[in-house]
Amino acid sequence: MRGAPPTTIDTGSAEFAERRAGMQTLLDDVLAAQAVLAEGGGAKYVDRHRQRGKLLVRERVELLLDRDTPFLELSPLAGWGTDDPVGGGLVVGIGQIEGVECLVSANDPTVRGGTSSPTTIAKTLRAQEVARVNRLPLVNLTESGGADLPRQADIFVPGGAAFRNLTRLSAEGVPTVTLVFGSSTAGGAYVPGMSDHTVFVQGGAKVFLGGPPLVKMAIDEDADEETLGGAEMHARRSGLADALAVDEHDALRLGRRLVARLHWRKAGPGPSEPADPPLLDPDELLGVASPDVRVPFEVREILWRVLDGSRFEEFKPLYGTQLVCGWGSICGFPVGVLANNGILFSEESQKGAQFIQLCNRRDLPLVFVQNITGFMVGTRYEQGGIIKHGSMLINAVSNSTVPHLTLMVGASYGAGNYGMSGRAYDPRFVFSWPNHRIAVMGPRQLAGVLSIVQRQAAERAGRPYDEEADAAMRTLVETQIEGESTALFATGRLWDDGIIDPRDTRTVLGLTLSAAHSAPVQGTSSFGVFRM
Amino acid sequence: MNPAPLPSYTSVLVANRGEIARRVIRTARELGLGTVAVYSDADRDAAHVRDADAAVRLGPAPAGASYLDVDRILAAARASGAQAVHPGYGFLSERADVARAVVDAGLVWIGPPADAIAAMGDKVAAKAEARAAGVPVLPEAVLDGDDPTGWREAAEPVGYPLLVKAAAGGGGRGMRLVTRPEDLPEAVAAARREAQAAFGDGTVFAERFVRSGRHVEIQVVADRHGAVVHLGERDCSVQRRHQKIVEEAPSPAVTPDLRRRLGSAAVELARRIGYEGVGTVELLLEGTGDDARFWFLEMNTRLQVEHPVTEAVWRVDLVRLQLAVAAGEPLGFDQDDLAAQGHAVEARIYAEDPTRDWLPSTGALLRWRPGPTPARWDSGVEEGDEVSPHYDPMLAKAIAHAGTREEAAARLARALDELEVHGVRTNRDLLTAVLREPSFLAGEATTAFLDDATHLRASGPDGATTARHAVAATLAGVLDRRGEDALSGFAPPGWRNVAGDAPHTTWHDPNGATEPTTVRYRLEARGGFRAVVEPSGVELHGRVAGTHRTGPTRHLELEVHDGDDAVGVATRLRCTCTTDPATGATWVSSHGATTAWQEAPRFTEHGAAGAGGGPLAPVPGRVVRVATQVGDHVEAGQTLVVLEAMKVEHRIAAAEPGTVVAVLVAEGDTVEAHQLLVRLEEGAP
Repeated sequence: MRGAPPTTIDTGSAEFAERRAGMQTLLDDVLAAQAVLAEGGGAKYVDRHRQRGKLLVRERVELLLDRDTPFLELSPLAGWGTDDPVGGGLVVGIGQIEGVECLVSANDPTVRGGTSSPTTIAKTLRAQEVARVNRLPLVNLTESGGADLPRQADIFVPGGAAFRNLTRLSAEGVPTVTLVFGSSTAGGAYVPGMSDHTVFVQGGAKVFLGGPPLVKMAIDEDADEETLGGAEMHARRSGLADALAVDEHDALRLGRRLVARLHWRKAGPGPSEPADPPLLDPDELLGVASPDVRVPFEVREILWRVLDGSRFEEFKPLYGTQLVCGWGSICGFPVGVLANNGILFSEESQKGAQFIQLCNRRDLPLVFVQNITGFMVGTRYEQGGIIKHGSMLINAVSNSTVPHLTLMVGASYGAGNYGMSGRAYDPRFVFSWPNHRIAVMGPRQLAGVLSIVQRQAAERAGRPYDEEADAAMRTLVETQIEGESTALFATGRLWDDGIIDPRDTRTVLGLTLSAAHSAPVQGTSSFGVFRM
Repeated sequence: MNPAPLPSYTSVLVANRGEIARRVIRTARELGLGTVAVYSDADRDAAHVRDADAAVRLGPAPAGASYLDVDRILAAARASGAQAVHPGYGFLSERADVARAVVDAGLVWIGPPADAIAAMGDKVAAKAEARAAGVPVLPEAVLDGDDPTGWREAAEPVGYPLLVKAAAGGGGRGMRLVTRPEDLPEAVAAARREAQAAFGDGTVFAERFVRSGRHVEIQVVADRHGAVVHLGERDCSVQRRHQKIVEEAPSPAVTPDLRRRLGSAAVELARRIGYEGVGTVELLLEGTGDDARFWFLEMNTRLQVEHPVTEAVWRVDLVRLQLAVAAGEPLGFDQDDLAAQGHAVEARIYAEDPTRDWLPSTGALLRWRPGPTPARWDSGVEEGDEVSPHYDPMLAKAIAHAGTREEAAARLARALDELEVHGVRTNRDLLTAVLREPSFLAGEATTAFLDDATHLRASGPDGATTARHAVAATLAGVLDRRGEDALSGFAPPGWRNVAGDAPHTTWHDPNGATEPTTVRYRLEARGGFRAVVEPSGVELHGRVAGTHRTGPTRHLELEVHDGDDAVGVATRLRCTCTTDPATGATWVSSHGATTAWQEAPRFTEHGAAGAGGGPLAPVPGRVVRVATQVGDHVEAGQTLVVLEAMKVEHRIAAAEPGTVVAVLVAEGDTVEAHQLLVRLEEGAP
């Protein structure tokens, strides 16, 4: 047996306390933003909803899930920093129903009547993507007023994909279940329409293409909502409802029974390693990373607090040392890990590319731990082929077919984001710590680059350079970029799947690895041509 | 005091079951005798069968087809080579014809001679014998014939209130208290049915009921050589429905002089009828000490359930004496050699619910662990056994012996507190409440004690303990569920990355006596938990310091802080929680308290059209009477069906006025618990 990992963190030190306090402050901002979610659309709408005898969205989700099992909410703060309601009036997450990991997507009808904002559409499409790539049965808890009409221009065209995705999931053999609690009209009617299984709540579900006013307008027919699209009508006459629930609880009970009867089997190999906890306390993760991304930290300190038994077999520990690569397991799931301990040089890039190929040959999921300010620049490195080597890494990342999980624990600047499987490289999941910063480059660098470019333009034109304006411009740009590169800004735009408490890292990775094992876990030997 | 027997037999068949069979087997083994158990199908794996050297099947579960079938028992003796038959108590123990048949079969009958049984077996004739022996008797009248008017006339001179009793009976079977003449016919009919079922003889008689008397009984022992001694009295005044539940020796009401008088009367009666072996003369005692008056009730020509208290204070083994006398041994001691020491109290633990009219409780005995306080446990069951509806619901007796009555009662109460019994409901909390009740401790309990002290029936652990148990049951449920999570067992219980409402578990009081208890809980890192118990509002937080499971039981080590704990002092709470996988019923024990819970289902099952309304069988049992037919308009409270379960009759009545739409059972049917008996359409016609 190996001894304890050679940590250099002294949890009694002032530095640790300072980092921990800094991270806690950032985390508190996230928690404060999340606290709003529990309030739904506000007390007035919540009360009105309750007075109708209806369950709140999170109550529905809780009743749907197996008791005391975890629920990993995805993109809870989607829309943060935009004009849309935070969370998009939608609760999306991965949870267990009758022992089956499912992707749950549930409308919050207290938020603007459950209408869809652009954020709702983006979150819905992301949820369907998660269900598709991980082969997670999708369960919709539907009660929506349709598109937020004043925003229809941003919704109508992209939103159409939501219905297409439902039937494509079905075509791929990923089950879709929709429980209709309230309105699901016009386009929304295709949510049950495109689902494999439907349950309608008696007296609650209203599903029609056109409501009474539209019907009156179109064909001059007087019809009431129940006749046009009530649950009983759909259960007894149209056949759109497979089952009629006597109330909301009953719908959730029936939904659970439906999932139980899917006889779902996960296609991945599942956990195969001992899932003993790390030797170092994961609670210390709050004080491991620097709240300020400009201050470097040892990334192994994270790995030792996440990996099973703190076991980490390093690959090429003496070569390309700023990219830490190696093997370990998380909650029993074997993984390959790539973690930044500094910027990427040629050696680091080649090491990473080789490691990704190896893990693909072994069908090992990859965990990318990003704290990266970019690839090295400068004459020596350009001449040394840094572009070729960086391309090798991006080639390997792009064509790798094992599940990628990306964890943002600090900076994610420049092409380093790409080489470390950033959002655009389709990792299965991206989660961020509260200290995460993301942009094409650091705000100060960016402002500085702009300043240099403008100064050069002025020199070429022979104009005097306004130093005062330059300073003001730099401050302005720096502040703007700073604001646009925070974890909250990023999560608001769905650049990740959520900001997590660093102490939850092991649990989140375990849950997402388990979800990824719902689909086959298969690597590839087919990559693009590596430019040697 | 305990003569060494030279048995004329080397193997004993015990024609009984439960604790008494085990009790007899224990002493027989100590004497080096072989032991043979008999069993019905319901008892195939029962403890008494496991205890014996050999076991013989008698027949199906109903006692009439098994334990009461004399021919089968004799055949079992022959088949097993047993040379003697011990009848225990109940069943065949007081049947003269059985004693005779055993002897005729060439076997030794471990009990009094058939003639002595016969003399005392008919309660009316027995009173004549008692009178002749100079023992006072109460006014009484035989109630024969089938004419209710005749019964009322016959009962007139006895006066009310009166008891209708089975002539062949004992142990409260076939006994009914009647306070008004108009209630007599139904009582007679019911008592006859019960007597017929229990003893095979439906003869009943009426006897004057002395409301505030004490039930005092004298233990006698006689050998074949003319020696008759008494071993003092037992006081069995604490009774529910004429069923003794707490017994003690000596009686707090009996002085040495009165003891001599009672003892002499009992010895005289035993001598007069040529008694042999151990027997009990039951007396009704009014008043205390030297001013007391007493009347003869009956003589039980067998070992009594409560014999251990006598054994404790007189330091004898009554079964050993039975075996010795049956082997022809002389007692070898006389009255002057006998001296009592200290005080002994026995409590009978029944699988029944005192808060629900003593409804029997059946099911798997998931946990049965007496605690460390020294007490004698005569148990008919062991952990894992099945408590069936077919027989007497007594599970065990606990007996404490100490220098003083107070100490014995306190010790017994403590021992009962410590018993962890999960799987069936018991009268344990009632027993401990009795043993701590001031009037009982003052020695004032009469046979009316339990009727008067109705508050004792609802006894149970205090609110603080109950709240802690609700939390423990909830945590045990959470831990069990997490243990079953094959996919994400690594995640903390109820893990969320976005905080939501605290999850909750709702528990029903299985007695239905109080509103449901809801525990809202949150689990934190390292076993930390916070819980709020509603509606009491009790807040607890702490830590699960350790937990493991053995079989259906989860053991929890909790460190608990109360909600208003400012000092930060944690109480260590060691709990065992057992959930019946079949019913979801949960029992929690800690520090001498046990509570029972029934988890509220998460969802209501809405099936096809409901089964319709009407009364359900409260327990599994046999239909002895159907008192309604289709089309009847019934009033609330009107008897529809009479069920017999565990030898007790249950009157099933309409809850609401209504019309009978269907009668779904017939007399003689066996019904399951919760089976619909009669379909009623509610509302007046």
